Amino acid sequence: MPIQEETIEKVKLATSKYKYGFSTNLDVDKAPKGLNEDIIKLISSKKDEPQWMLEWRLKAFEIWKKMEEPDWAKVNYPKIDYQDIYYYSAPKNTEKLKSLDEVDPQLLETYEKLGIPLKEQKVLAGVAVDAVFDSVSVVTTFREQLAEKGVIFCPISEAIKNYPDLIKKYIGSVIPRHDNYFSALNSAVFTDGSFVFIPKGVRCPMELSTYFRINEKNTGQFERTLIVADDDSYVSYLEGCTAPQRDENQLHAAVVELVAHKNAEIKYSTVQNWYPGDENGKGGIFNFVTKRGSCLGDDSKISWTQVETGSAVTWKYPSCILHGKNSVGEFYSVAITNNYQQADTGTKMIHLGENSKSTIISKGISAGKSQNTYRGKVLMQPGAKNARNYTQCDSLLIGDQCGAHTVPYITSKNPTSNIEHEATTSKISEDQLFYCLSRGLSEEEAVSLIVNGFCKEVMKELPMEFSVEAQKLIGISLEGSVG
Amino acid sequence: MNLLNIDNLHASIGDEKILNGFSLKINSGETHAIMGPNGSGKSTLSYVLSGKDDYNVTQGNILLKNENIIELSADERSKLGLFLAFQYPIELPGVTGMTFLRTIINSSRVAKGLPELEGIELVKIIREKATELNISQDMLKRFVNVGFSGGEKKRFEILQMSLLDPSIAVLDETDSGLDVDALRTVGSGVTNLKNKDKGMLVITHYQRLLDHIVPDFVHIMVKGKILESGGPDLAKIVEKEGYKRFIDAN
Repeated sequence: MPIQEETIEKVKLATSKYKYGFSTNLDVDKAPKGLNEDIIKLISSKKDEPQWMLEWRLKAFEIWKKMEEPDWAKVNYPKIDYQDIYYYSAPKNTEKLKSLDEVDPQLLETYEKLGIPLKEQKVLAGVAVDAVFDSVSVVTTFREQLAEKGVIFCPISEAIKNYPDLIKKYIGSVIPRHDNYFSALNSAVFTDGSFVFIPKGVRCPMELSTYFRINEKNTGQFERTLIVADDDSYVSYLEGCTAPQRDENQLHAAVVELVAHKNAEIKYSTVQNWYPGDENGKGGIFNFVTKRGSCLGDDSKISWTQVETGSAVTWKYPSCILHGKNSVGEFYSVAITNNYQQADTGTKMIHLGENSKSTIISKGISAGKSQNTYRGKVLMQPGAKNARNYTQCDSLLIGDQCGAHTVPYITSKNPTSNIEHEATTSKISEDQLFYCLSRGLSEEEAVSLIVNGFCKEVMKELPMEFSVEAQKLIGISLEGSVG
Repeated sequence: MNLLNIDNLHASIGDEKILNGFSLKINSGETHAIMGPNGSGKSTLSYVLSGKDDYNVTQGNILLKNENIIELSADERSKLGLFLAFQYPIELPGVTGMTFLRTIINSSRVAKGLPELEGIELVKIIREKATELNISQDMLKRFVNVGFSGGEKKRFEILQMSLLDPSIAVLDETDSGLDVDALRTVGSGVTNLKNKDKGMLVITHYQRLLDHIVPDFVHIMVKGKILESGGPDLAKIVEKEGYKRFIDAN
């Protein structure tokens, strides 16, 4: 079925505005609300962590206590009471599972509802999945096939125990604990996430994927992902997220660190569909995420692609530190806000290496009463001779009550670098809608068609199977934005 | 069979009354031409028929295949078999011609209760019809109407019309912006679509389009209503003498 038609069908099917708004009744193991050293010790002991990890966490907590929550983003939200959040919640009976057969069937059903190819027979789809449910990584598929190639893909909690040297070497190496308020918080309380290591010269044979889901009420999700690509290796990693529909806000503060060594390439794709709140702005996820990649080696490449449709408030800047000569950083983003959603998102491209190159393509779509901000930094350091950046920021407005903002910060500290910035703002016109309607398309079909056209440059960067889902999501998230 | 029955239609935009008791019946197999001077309300008629929001219908009815469509939205009218070929087709940056055509074809098939067509089948049908209208594969890869020449825009309108296969097609000034060769292509394209089940309403300033799309009836429209109706000869009189004599006579 052609993608466009599928989008339309999906929109029709989606009678409820947020398809993933169900919650699952599972027995859970939950720590008391609030944040203190005891909770951190509890998390660490639940995970059976070594002492050094606990100490690393406690140090992060010390740092966090001295920090202030940032307020420079163009977002407004009620003050978060960090003592009113559960920091640990896990479905019971998930420890030490050997195979899928041992997973709680209800949990599998949830994943099925989410459309996650968790079952082994989905091997054809070529996706290895790590599924994180609230705080615990439930199951990782295809681990054996990956192991044959020497690829490590496992929950980070396991990696801490099984590969302590790798974790010690890389955790916090790209995003130090003190980097920002949320990275410090995450470092203290992160509960799970994925770890990937691609050895020298290996091209990871399949797409790796993680699905995150917040299920429990009042629970924060603090996952931590670390991907290391050794010399001459390649990996493509996909991340998807959903959460049930709840009236209260939930906090998601993740940290994702990528390290690309010499001539390695990491492609990181996200389809973010956390619950955005209802049409009056009630509920929804606060998505405060720090993602950064380090192109450490010469000729390395890191590419971020994100489709952001969910969350009540988004604060997220997947960035690249371009250390290596000829290293390449890319950021492709579609951010859609509708109703009362607020997104402040963009990237940082920090050029240190000679001939390093970066590309930023950002497409912001605002509808309803939402606010959508692109915030991006391009910095050419003195050593970044002949470095180049190209930035293109396009905003599309639907209706007359939303806002689109573009805030680029551009600094060049050497005379040989080259920076280009282009920006446009446009609106879906009444004439365009009427033209499509006169051909029999409904307003929603028309908007979906035009918006998908607007985003095309970014969507084509997504892995094939994500691309279809993302196009559907665009249609769904803009429902009710016209008329 | 009566396809379109416009009965005493009054419509305004803001405070300005534009249609003042316009009536017209079109039966299957018939081609009607409406001619009139600038500002007579010809384009408004096409917009009101197709359901554009900006216009306020104050009186009268529009029956499409005996169903009153006054309250229906533009997409619902389209699904009932009404098509408007725009005088000034609208640009859709980012949406390629091929994507657009595939989307509207399947949407109309679903409305007709037919199964959607798969990619390859669709492309085949689209290419076939495109070739008849001298539309290249390359043009279908471009964004809808963006950077199209006048002739390309009009041919793309007719391509949509041939793919949607409407019961009633309204062609608004389809000759504007066309050179002689393009006029011939478009004219024969439209003529090929004529059949005993379809009705056509051709709105034009000039007689020259009617050499290529020969009408059964010609109506002279002035100040929002029809002043005189006749056969194809009436268009020739307009060509020779202009609209003045009709205006003076009323």
